[in-house]
Formats: sequence, structure tokens, C-alpha cells
Amino acid sequence: MRAILTLNNVTFTYAPEDSSIKNAIEDVSFSVQEGEWIAIVGHNGSGKSTIARLINGLIFPQNGTVEVIGEPLNEDNLWNSRSQIGMVFQNPDNQFVGATVQDDVAFALENNGVPHDEMVKRVREALKQVNMDSFLNHEPSHLSGGQKQRVAIAGALALQPRMLILDEATSMLDPQGRQEVLSIVRELREKTGLTVLSITHDLEEAMMADRLLFMNGGKKFAEGTPSEIFAMGDQLVKLGLDLPFALKLGKLLQINGVNLSGEPMTEEELVNDLWISNFKN
Amino acid sequence: MDIKLQKLSFAYAPGTPFEKRALFDVDLAIASGSYQAIIGHTGSGKSTILQHLNALLKPTEGSIQIGDKVITAGKKEKDLRPIRQKVGIVFQFPEHQLFEETVLKDIIFGPMNFGVPEEEAMENARDLVKLVGLPEAVLEKSPFDLSGGQMRRVAIAGVLAMEPDVIVLDEPTAGLDPRGRKEIMDLFYQLHQKRNLTTILVTHSMEDAARYADQIAIMHEGRCVLTGTPREIFSDIETLSNYRLEVPQIIHFQKQLEQKAGFSFPKLCLTEEEFASMISEWLQERRNQS
Repeated sequence: MRAILTLNNVTFTYAPEDSSIKNAIEDVSFSVQEGEWIAIVGHNGSGKSTIARLINGLIFPQNGTVEVIGEPLNEDNLWNSRSQIGMVFQNPDNQFVGATVQDDVAFALENNGVPHDEMVKRVREALKQVNMDSFLNHEPSHLSGGQKQRVAIAGALALQPRMLILDEATSMLDPQGRQEVLSIVRELREKTGLTVLSITHDLEEAMMADRLLFMNGGKKFAEGTPSEIFAMGDQLVKLGLDLPFALKLGKLLQINGVNLSGEPMTEEELVNDLWISNFKN
Repeated sequence: MDIKLQKLSFAYAPGTPFEKRALFDVDLAIASGSYQAIIGHTGSGKSTILQHLNALLKPTEGSIQIGDKVITAGKKEKDLRPIRQKVGIVFQFPEHQLFEETVLKDIIFGPMNFGVPEEEAMENARDLVKLVGLPEAVLEKSPFDLSGGQMRRVAIAGVLAMEPDVIVLDEPTAGLDPRGRKEIMDLFYQLHQKRNLTTILVTHSMEDAARYADQIAIMHEGRCVLTGTPREIFSDIETLSNYRLEVPQIIHFQKQLEQKAGFSFPKLCLTEEEFASMISEWLQERRNQS
């Protein structure tokens, strides 16, 4: 395995001339290995989106380096690096540029000078991967939020990126749209081994990752598997996050004097535990 | 202020080749002082209804009554100012509507337009920033130097500054972190109770609808297809799924447990807290019996 993305001691401030303003990101290091799914969680203003901008080269760190596939990111290799990393943003309406679904997916390919035949092939393939291949000529206004986000993912996939970044990509969707997008991402990972970095407030989305980075006030507060991070319990709540449903309910039950044998992480585990500990027999 | 939609239909660009009907024969009565949630899939007509609530859109057919004003299709209504003042709408991402140089100026803009003396409006603004949980020092700052969550609170203070009787919330917590979400929802709930407001929440979050609302209306393809209390609405999982809606996770959880246990609990719980205390009481009672 090799690192697709590495941040080494990265510090960034939006106001370099004013030392009274806190750094947006302070001394953050982490790396994303090929094929991994990493989620970055943290409260509003914890530095999550700044990290996305740094990765994409929209801003450059004052200290430290951002390496994409082993190469430190700079003004010269910026464009190459952007084509390696696909991004999907929060608002489905702000990132739809084409008049139809297939135009939208083809947009970045055209910009990158991909030959026509190759382009047609890639657009079809990418839309197939997100189950939107029957919508080739649909207009964006006839799509749901979840469908638009899937088209946005296809647009990113068509460039055959090494990594996909989801920057709160599900936060404006209704529950069904969110499910659609997340199950597509999960499927893509299983089929193609795509590397995913998701920046999210949605704890169910975070639970799907292999590893979590927990940001607080611009610093990396903790890093670990979802179970390691969510075992921090009340500390997470103090820092503006919440616990996933099963953990939260499990705690509430225990506070109310209901026995549980373990610390269930998922709804299914909690149903089982609650039943075995209290209802069986 | 009672609000009553009667046989309300709405079409965008009526009578043109681009006519697009968004609402069909909507009947909905919202009692003064109640907390009404409107839920529905994307494109179900929620936002179109919302814009009727302070006459930004007017019905193509039917009518809407807001307090003692009736807006009827085809009739020209002269003075809509009282409605605009009485019904405050917090749109999605309200922070995008901030525009003044300072937070103070932004908050007093609305009231001053409606003839409130500057001194009084400034006095109110001071109370309002505290009410929405911001330090008084932000009043002199540019709204654009604040964080997203703070900007949203300023925008909400601007709506409250109009002293509305009815407050309409369109996905008020989109994009906030879990704590910010809870703080904002709790803030609106307190205001609802303290100021005896009529609150109308347009949301995707079944959890919020279950936790806060007295009444829920479900929109589907431009029609209001179901109304009732949260317990009534969420007890029928099958009907909801026909409208491509899910129940709050806690209700799904209770149903899973009931299926495993082979019996039903005495009531359907709408929140995690309610469920935890019900289970605890139920187990206690069983212990007492044996």
C-alpha cells in the first residue's frame, strides 16, 4: 500500500498579517493510503473545509507540506494533482454545469482534451457506476438531490481519479438521497478499491469509514477506527459532535437502569443486546 | 394567528407553454400557537407552500387565510405589509441574506423599514443577539467576519427583530454540526413557547418533526396527502414509505425490538429519551409482577 495523500505538519491561517487570529489549521499531519476510506469529523469551524482546500491546492500552507501521490503540491503540479483527486461538494445545484446529465459528466473531460470516442465511453461507464446510465439526456432540474450528487460523483469518476473527496456531499440531501449516495460510494469501493476521503457531520457516514480524523479548533484531536473514536463518548459531545444512534441510545438506556452486556455500535447489535439482556425468556 | 389554506393550487408561469403546476388543491389548517411540521420528498411542493405563507407567491386557484387577511386567487390584494411583518421566514442558509456593514445595522434594517425608531430598534437588537446566544460584542463586527454558525444566528435575530407572530423555518439546520443543530432547534422551541409563536418547520429531518412538532403535514407530488400528530403519522410505516419517507430511527428501532420480542409496547416512542424511560418502566413493572 502506498500513500495517496500525506499532510506533514501543515499550518495555515487566513490572516497571516494578524497574529491575534487563530490558525485555521495547526500542525496537522495525516496520510491516506491507497484504497482506504477516511472520514474527517469535527464541529463547524474545526478546520475540515480548510483541509479540503489545502488538498485541492486552492490555498497553500504557511508551514508544512501537502503531498499528493508522493509529490509536494505546488503551483506547477497543481493541475495534474487536481485531475488525480475528484471532489464532490455540498450543494448539488452549485456544481451542475451541463445542460444534460451526460454533458455535465463530459465537462471536465472536454476541458482535459480527452478525445471524443474515449469521452463517450468514459461518460457511459462513469454513469453506469453510479446507476445513472438511464438518465443520459435528462436535465438537471428533473433530478432529485441524490441523483444530482450521483452525477457529480460520475463527473469526478470520469477523470479516473486516485481519490474521491466528499465535502459534506450528503448534508443537503433528504434521507433517501443520502442513502443513495452512500451506498453508491460503498459499492464503488468494493468494486474498484477507490480511495475515499469524506468530510462530514453525519455520524452514520463516518461509521462507514476505515479510519476517522477528529478535528477540534484547527488541530487533529484524535485519529482512529470508528469504534476507537466513538468510544470517547461524552468527550465527543463536548466538542460539538454527537454519538451515533446506537451508542447514544445504549447510554440513555443504561442511565435509565436498563442492562446491556456490551457497547453496541449499530442498531442491529443494540436490538440484539437489549433483547438478550432483558427480554429473552 | 391562524393560517388556513383552502383548495390552494399553484402553477408557475400559468397560461404559458412553460406552465408547471406545483400545488394541487391543498387544504391545511394551522392553528394559532401550534408547531406544524411540513415534510416531504424533494420536489413535493414544500417550498412552494412556504412562499405562500407570507404572500411571496399567490394562489393560482383557491385561497390562503393568514390571520384576518384572505388572499384569494385572481383578486388583487393591496396591503401585504402586515403579513410580511407578522410572518417571518427563515430561509435555507439565511446567512446568505446578510448584507450590512455591521451586525447591528443588519438586525435593525427590517424594523426601521417598518418605521420603528432607531433607538428602539437598537435596544431590541442588543436583547436579540443575547437571545440567539451571541456575545454583545458581535454587534459592531462585520457579519462577514463571523463563523457560519454565528452568521446564521445573526440572520435569525434579524427575522425575530420584526417581532413576528408566525415563524417559518426552511431547513434551518442544514450544514450545521450536531451541536449547532440542537442549539438552533432548541432555541426555536423556546421561542415558540415563550412568545407563543406559531411555528412552521419545513424539514427533511423526521427526527426533528417527531421531537418538536404538534402536527405534521406530508406533501407528496404537490398534494397534502396526510396530516396528523407525530404519533399518528409515524405509526404507519407503510404509508410513509409510499411517499418515499422514512420514520425516525428510534421508531424503526422500537419496531425491530417488537418484532424480535413478539409483542408490542404500550406506546410508540418519538424520541430516544422517551424510549429509554418507557423500556425502563416496562421492565420495572414486569419485575414487580413476578
